[in-house]
Amino acid sequence: MSVLPQETTVPANPSTAAAETRAAKLMKRRSRIRFYEIIVWIAAIAAYFLLPSKMLILTEIAILALFAVSLDLVLGFAGIVSLGHTAFFGLGAYVAGLMAQHYFAEPVTGLIVAGAASGVLGLLTSFLILRGSDLTRLMTTLGIGLMMAEVANQMAWLTGGADGLSGFSPGPILGMFEFDLFGKVGYLYCVGVLFIGTMIMRRIAFSPFGLSLKAIKGNSMRSAMVAVPGRKRIVTAYTIAAVFAGMAGALLTQTTAFVSPDVLAFHRSADVLLVLVIGGTGYLYGGIFGAILFTLVKDWLSVITPQYWMFYIGLLLVILVLIGRDRLSRWVEYLPERLSKKEDR
Amino acid sequence: MLTILFDGIAYGMLLFILACGLTVTLGLMNFINLAHGAFAMAGGYVTVVMMNRYGISFYWCLPAAFIVSALIGLVLERTLYQWLYQAPHLDQVLFSIGIVFMAIAATDYFMGGQQQLINLPPELSGRMDVFGVGVGRYRLFTIIVCAALALALQLILSKTRFGSRLRAAVDDRRVAMGLGINVPLVFALTFAFGSGLAGLGGAMGAEILGLDPNFPLKFMIYFLIVVSVGGTSTVSGPFLAALLLGIADVAGKYYVPAIGPFVIYALMIVMLIVRPNGLFSRGGR
Repeated sequence: MSVLPQETTVPANPSTAAAETRAAKLMKRRSRIRFYEIIVWIAAIAAYFLLPSKMLILTEIAILALFAVSLDLVLGFAGIVSLGHTAFFGLGAYVAGLMAQHYFAEPVTGLIVAGAASGVLGLLTSFLILRGSDLTRLMTTLGIGLMMAEVANQMAWLTGGADGLSGFSPGPILGMFEFDLFGKVGYLYCVGVLFIGTMIMRRIAFSPFGLSLKAIKGNSMRSAMVAVPGRKRIVTAYTIAAVFAGMAGALLTQTTAFVSPDVLAFHRSADVLLVLVIGGTGYLYGGIFGAILFTLVKDWLSVITPQYWMFYIGLLLVILVLIGRDRLSRWVEYLPERLSKKEDR
Repeated sequence: MLTILFDGIAYGMLLFILACGLTVTLGLMNFINLAHGAFAMAGGYVTVVMMNRYGISFYWCLPAAFIVSALIGLVLERTLYQWLYQAPHLDQVLFSIGIVFMAIAATDYFMGGQQQLINLPPELSGRMDVFGVGVGRYRLFTIIVCAALALALQLILSKTRFGSRLRAAVDDRRVAMGLGINVPLVFALTFAFGSGLAGLGGAMGAEILGLDPNFPLKFMIYFLIVVSVGGTSTVSGPFLAALLLGIADVAGKYYVPAIGPFVIYALMIVMLIVRPNGLFSRGGR
């Protein structure tokens, strides 16, 4: 027996009990489904019926949204700036492609295997980001991403090298729904995965676990003082994020039936950061709103200047930072808060 | 064997010149500037334009590349960078990625996407034989120039009044201002100097590294590796790191071509695990 009092599960006095139920109530209120969330999903379904000719771009948005939401778990909650999130996206994309080509064409299986593979990579590399400062983290994540790109390029016998991997076709989803030419099934599939993924991540993010991540982000030393196991939490969050990023990559492969080293390119990491910043970090739906805005802007720009849209994306980034991205995300959050204020009372 | 060592040293020296400007901005001023390669690219393109369009001698191009990049750096520092010194790292990362994207697209627009070539003056091209070791003349030139610059930089930072002002401004901005040091001026000059060095490196590296609009992204990782592995509080750390990486990279690509490109990343990760704050660091930064 240690001399120090053990953690008590039974509250010592009534006031702690009251505090605990208050905390539980607060947690519950924080995690309640907000009004704007329902609107998002209704809009996603409505888009299927209202915009039948825009399925491909909508699918792109759904995939990017899943990717961004997974990054939000690392960046928005744990506060880790990662420049190598594409490593997981790309690995998932390649694993799904190879699965479809060699083993099993059923997409959901491919999705799960891809997610698992990325999760393993995430777990292995998460130990690298535990050390050093922000700069060291940037470096290691960037290095991991570039290394993965190099691997994909070098192992041409497996990945097709710079030409990419093609000549496979994903089978019907769960053996029932065949991918059609217009991408309608693909869209519903991606939105479905996005929905399930977001709900799972939401459950994680608004649990005590998510709160402790925010505590680590706020002040890691102080959070360690109140017995938050920082390193363990970061490893877990990073691994979970990697799983979902891998799934996003797998979705891209399955809906386009093609993988190229482009899935591992640096600009993807930058894009997904931009998406998150546009949408606002730390409340998950930022990834979804950001993905919608970003894809529309990018699409619009690439029609105007097919070759130089990158310039305007860069300009957007610079302006965003200079006017203050907090101001922007506050504006984005303002609406949801207004909409859900009444429910809170 | 010795030839590879020599090439590696030349490559490492070049990396050092490219990266040492970043050592100053990133290391001393604590600003994560991923756009450093864009300044190097500017210097490279200045050289290409001057040599290929106007036929100006290579030796004049080097100082010109320095001055032009330094001026660009000065203007950008005064207009944009100076507002972000206190910003969170994420903001700095996003901002500098934005600058990189703009630089790439603008270069592509004005200069075209193809690889740029320069013709070295005859006395710098070719190889000569020194005690049975094939020594590229241009590489020898690179080593001499870079070594001189490294020495000068070290002296400026440690011995001159400007160097001590800079270190004071970095360590405690408020106290430095209270002592009458014009901190914004010191920072602006330092930033310009760092950008100028990058431009010079770009001009000299155009021959060895190649030059196209993707330069800032392609070499970003190398600069960052040099700085983060070398540690950010000294000049000698990045210098050693650059040499080590240059030699490892050249040797890796020569001896084990299949895994050559990974050598540098693997080295970086190992070194960051062993010394997360750099080779010679005075505590976490």
